[in-house]
Amino acid sequence: MSDKPRIGFFDFACCEGCQLTVLSIGEPLVQLLDSVDVVTWREAMSEKSDQFDIAIIEGSITRDSDVERLKKIREKAKVVVALGSCAALGGPHVSANRYKKSELLELAYGDKASEYTGEAGEVRPIGAEIKVDLPIYGCPINADEFVAVMKHLLLGRPYRLPTEAVCYECKLNGYECVYDKGMVCLGPVTRCGCNAICTSRGHRCFGCRGLVDDPNVNSARDVLEEHGHRLEDVLGMFSIYWQQAPRVKELVEAAAEAGEKRSKGSEPWRFGSTT
Amino acid sequence: MEIRVDHVTRVEGHGNILATLKDGRVEKAILEVVEANRFFEGFMRGRDWEEVAHLATRICGICAMSHSSASVQATEKALGIEITEQTRLLRRLIMDAEMISSHALHVYFLVAPDLLGLKSVIPLVKQNPDVVKLAFRVKKTGYDLAEVLVGRHTHPVAVVPGGFTSMPDVSALGVMRDRFIGLRDDMAATVGILKTLELPAYERETEYVALRQPDHYSFYDGDIVSTDGGKVPSAKYDEAIEEFLVPHSTAKHARWNRDSYLVGALARVNNNWKQLHPEAQKVMAELGFKPPVHNTFANTVAQFIETVHCIEDAITVMEMLIARGIKEEGVPPITKQGRGVGAVEAPRGLLIHDYTYDERARLVKANCIIPTNQNYANVDRDLEKLAGEIADRPKEEIELKLEMMVRAYDPCISCSVH
Repeated sequence: MSDKPRIGFFDFACCEGCQLTVLSIGEPLVQLLDSVDVVTWREAMSEKSDQFDIAIIEGSITRDSDVERLKKIREKAKVVVALGSCAALGGPHVSANRYKKSELLELAYGDKASEYTGEAGEVRPIGAEIKVDLPIYGCPINADEFVAVMKHLLLGRPYRLPTEAVCYECKLNGYECVYDKGMVCLGPVTRCGCNAICTSRGHRCFGCRGLVDDPNVNSARDVLEEHGHRLEDVLGMFSIYWQQAPRVKELVEAAAEAGEKRSKGSEPWRFGSTT
Repeated sequence: MEIRVDHVTRVEGHGNILATLKDGRVEKAILEVVEANRFFEGFMRGRDWEEVAHLATRICGICAMSHSSASVQATEKALGIEITEQTRLLRRLIMDAEMISSHALHVYFLVAPDLLGLKSVIPLVKQNPDVVKLAFRVKKTGYDLAEVLVGRHTHPVAVVPGGFTSMPDVSALGVMRDRFIGLRDDMAATVGILKTLELPAYERETEYVALRQPDHYSFYDGDIVSTDGGKVPSAKYDEAIEEFLVPHSTAKHARWNRDSYLVGALARVNNNWKQLHPEAQKVMAELGFKPPVHNTFANTVAQFIETVHCIEDAITVMEMLIARGIKEEGVPPITKQGRGVGAVEAPRGLLIHDYTYDERARLVKANCIIPTNQNYANVDRDLEKLAGEIADRPKEEIELKLEMMVRAYDPCISCSVH
């Protein structure tokens, strides 16, 4: 056995797009593979081992039966990396927590729902069950950030997660502000590190990297109001990735209530409207 | 003899192979799907028409482009949004990019180790670094084309109903065209390697199902056709495809004319091989692939043939786009509400998104039919037949061959339990 750090990749409920992003790095990955021993990676190899130093875990927890497997991985690993927003935040499918499981099963399986034998529990990030040493946010992750994290881990240096909002990277790149184009964007309160990829392509930020550590909520609210939006009109966007963030949850609930009250007497929505 | 392979490796998602052999007879041989549900069809409801594709593409990390293409197509048809010729061309190119990177992953990284007697591609990094670099290069070129077109392959940024939030740069397309021309050498080198490898001998004729367009080899929209005969417009998919539940799977199974059918590269080539690019037909002949091919293991060869086709098709489409120039086009307006069906050929086969929107253009109902689900019943038939043919071999060999059979389908298991 070599003395190189031993790495295992593991996955739970997700699309496996973050592991694929790792596989798509190309040449730097070949170099990285030279400095480590990848001992377990079900998606890419048949070799298996339960002796590893670094566990890279993708996906969220949705079933109690997965918790045992997750805890075993934690016990064996010196370092646990949560790979991507499903592992780190719960992922886009945290929205499923808004519905009753019986309703979801019926929608998926129709009148055969009662024959369904699998489990279906609350969607949660792996951090809800085990200690996570380092999250890599993003849906999917940013490949450059993955390489940077691995370099830090291999050199034994602490990795500093970016603490600025996406607006910071968007401005540095000189992209046109999404709000100025009449759209709503979560850039003001979302953690950066993605190099503002979505706004670089004319889209808005959906908040896939989660809430920045110390969000300037008042300023974000001012930006919304300056551009003629109300917080309650746009909070649906927050619920895509941020069900698990307590402050957001409160905001979403308050806004949903306000929205419900208002919609009873509001103007009907018309085709062609984009808001 | 009891065979049990937990969490089959080098496939996307979690599945177990279970087989019981007695006196050379197969009592049971199945793929048990144990992947966790995410309930996309349930939680996408209530979302605004502009948010649906952002979520739907996240059903799958490998075929994200297919999901976003099927999703925007369904939304456009439901809301009466007309797309332009330029958008059609760009979407065709997107599908080519995805086919190349997805097929390359399967052919070079997931299947090739079996044919070389290895457990993964990792030993090859030392033994034959040039082949590994070739594999990475092919995969990455498809990936990079996606980046030029829509920001990234997993998950595309710029794809929205009606078109794109930003247009690719023509000069970047020129660079990509040159890199694609460079891939022709890699394809020729791969043909050389493939000729030295041998697939397991196996035959089982089944029903092969794919989309077809009258004038070109289609990955985007068309009629659903079967080698058993039968043709339905994609919007009427439910007249052909019947999904059903089985106890050993969290994912649904499907049938049409028989008790099972096959979708994916092998089904497409068996149905539509005459529409393949001449270069791909040449490679097909060189590799001795004579459709219809009934060896399921040859799905990998069909994927390679399609890779050659998609490289040539992408070069043609890029040249068309470069010649005509790329115009900024706004998103066309919504003209109606109601139901729409989007159909594409994902790398693993026919993919359908069926949406219904209300008068506020919010999604009220979604049904997604995933290629891998359509293959599950057929996987079980193949496992059963193959296990019977090799029942007298050592347990290890049976396990490996059954695993190879599951891998041949290139299953996308998390996608199937969306």
